[in-house]
Amino acid sequence: MVTAMPRLLQEILLASAAHYPNHTALVVGDIRMSYLEVTHYACRLAHALQARGVRRGDRVAIFMDNTWQCATSIYSVLLAGGVFVAINAQTKHDKLAFILRDSDSRILLSEPHLARVFNTVSKQMPSLQVLCTHEAKGLPAGFENLDDVLVNMPTTPPPHSSITLDLAALIYTSGTTGDPKGVMHTHQSLLFVLDSINEYLGFTHDDRLFSALPLNFGYGLFQWFSAVQAGATLVLERTFTYAAQVFHQMNNEAVTSFACVPTVFALMLAHDAKQPLHFPSVRILTNAAAALPAEFISGIRRLFPNARLYKMHGQTECIRCAYLNPDLAELKPDSVGHAIPGTELLLLDENRQAVAQGEVGMLYVRGSHLMRGYWKLPEKTAEVLVPASLPNEFMLKTGDLFRQDADGDLYFVARSDEIIKSRGEKVSPAEVENAIYSLPAVQEVVVAGISDALLGQAVCAFVVVRDGETLSIQQIKRSCNERLENYMIPKHVLLLSELPRTANGKLSRKLIMEQCGALLAELK
Amino acid sequence: MKNTIRQYILSNLLFTDDESVLQDDESFLDGGIIDSTGVMEIILFIEDTFGIKVNDDEMLPANLDSVDNLVAFIKRKQLIAA
Repeated sequence: MVTAMPRLLQEILLASAAHYPNHTALVVGDIRMSYLEVTHYACRLAHALQARGVRRGDRVAIFMDNTWQCATSIYSVLLAGGVFVAINAQTKHDKLAFILRDSDSRILLSEPHLARVFNTVSKQMPSLQVLCTHEAKGLPAGFENLDDVLVNMPTTPPPHSSITLDLAALIYTSGTTGDPKGVMHTHQSLLFVLDSINEYLGFTHDDRLFSALPLNFGYGLFQWFSAVQAGATLVLERTFTYAAQVFHQMNNEAVTSFACVPTVFALMLAHDAKQPLHFPSVRILTNAAAALPAEFISGIRRLFPNARLYKMHGQTECIRCAYLNPDLAELKPDSVGHAIPGTELLLLDENRQAVAQGEVGMLYVRGSHLMRGYWKLPEKTAEVLVPASLPNEFMLKTGDLFRQDADGDLYFVARSDEIIKSRGEKVSPAEVENAIYSLPAVQEVVVAGISDALLGQAVCAFVVVRDGETLSIQQIKRSCNERLENYMIPKHVLLLSELPRTANGKLSRKLIMEQCGALLAELK
Repeated sequence: MKNTIRQYILSNLLFTDDESVLQDDESFLDGGIIDSTGVMEIILFIEDTFGIKVNDDEMLPANLDSVDNLVAFIKRKQLIAA
């Protein structure tokens, strides 16, 4: 491999292309691309981006499903010296417009079937240039066709002046206040965490990583980055929706690594109960995004008899922070282990003093993988990047409460805020409440998470309708469907005549959950 | 049959009675209409309503990813049933 340490993420792609030019880098459906082909496409698009005015540090939004164009575009933006902003393909137009404005993206890369979302947004933002892949269904009028644009572009990397401290990505994540926040990661922070992840997972050139997790999400994105760093192959699926297709692809491609989340494990175990599943080729199996229920582990062993199971923990602000030694998966079924290589985790009390062993504390993270902060939000940044032991060094306050056993392995206790985790996705109650408040007939709404066997937590909305107005549950869900990603739409909507308040008149989720206990029990 | 399926999708996945938002040949995935839990709801619905049994290895877009695909799939299943 290269002798000099890579300083930029794209140098890893170029190095893998130099060493394994004809090795398959990416498999998406029927499409297979070698490292050389990925690099050629990525370079062509990088030139096209520069020709359209992208300069060092400019943001370029990628609003695509898990397609080969999405995976390669990430490197194109970096090769052009830009900062990629990957946006979930489920995003609706209000939120897309917010992210494009907030990030001040110059260019939007997208796909024809998403024109139903970006069409209206681009009309409101005349300065935004849209480049769209061309597929069978055809391109909406007024947008540039990516395929035509790229034909005459060079296949070598364009000139750039990026350094390792430059921003590489803004990753938008739900926050407690409702609007998503752009998490700023540099080349340095992402390279550091990539090295750490590949060290403990031990991917090699022969691995074939399988992922159906969206590339806009840290866990999904790092399947691609990990594969490229190892010179391995990523088998990428668009979604887990059509399970038979997913399982067929996993076995057909003899994948050796599978990145999973608890909701998908639950679906797989349900399928297995009807028609047995077996994935003997998988040697590395990972879980992240939400805690893996201990009772799943024996079933998972049956489906993946040759796999080491890694239970991991992280958040967008540092990508990954903990993993459990796979030899301990059965011994410590509720633990997510200890700090990833080269980093430190601390459990501290309100005065930022270490808690005694076994006591519950707030998890803080130290290491070079921390974000630079939230984009244009210095106050929000200061709440979570707090002074560490060295001058001008910061540690990340995760908002997660944990306790630690005598070996130092960590056990999740609770979130310290109201964030809901449904299917492994972060859901901001305020964001859902805002979508419901957009209906004038709503007097008051509170959104909370309730435990759910499949989803981890299900989103539940408690709604009070104004006197004299009528509102159906369907109308409420439609309002959410028009504004929110599918996983944020409340599974349950309860129409109530009033919401309980605390003695000083404040709405309290805790009180609501207590008073609605009987109603909620019926839902399960 | 087509109308029953359309009504179900409109009311339970799009939360509307506006017929114009759903094309019969529109991919549910491309339209952002379903995801991994939505497809389970559709399967339960067609099993209950049309008296067929969807096997796990039939969970493919060719069978399930549009109103037209669903109709063709259900008709075929009904014909090969006893």
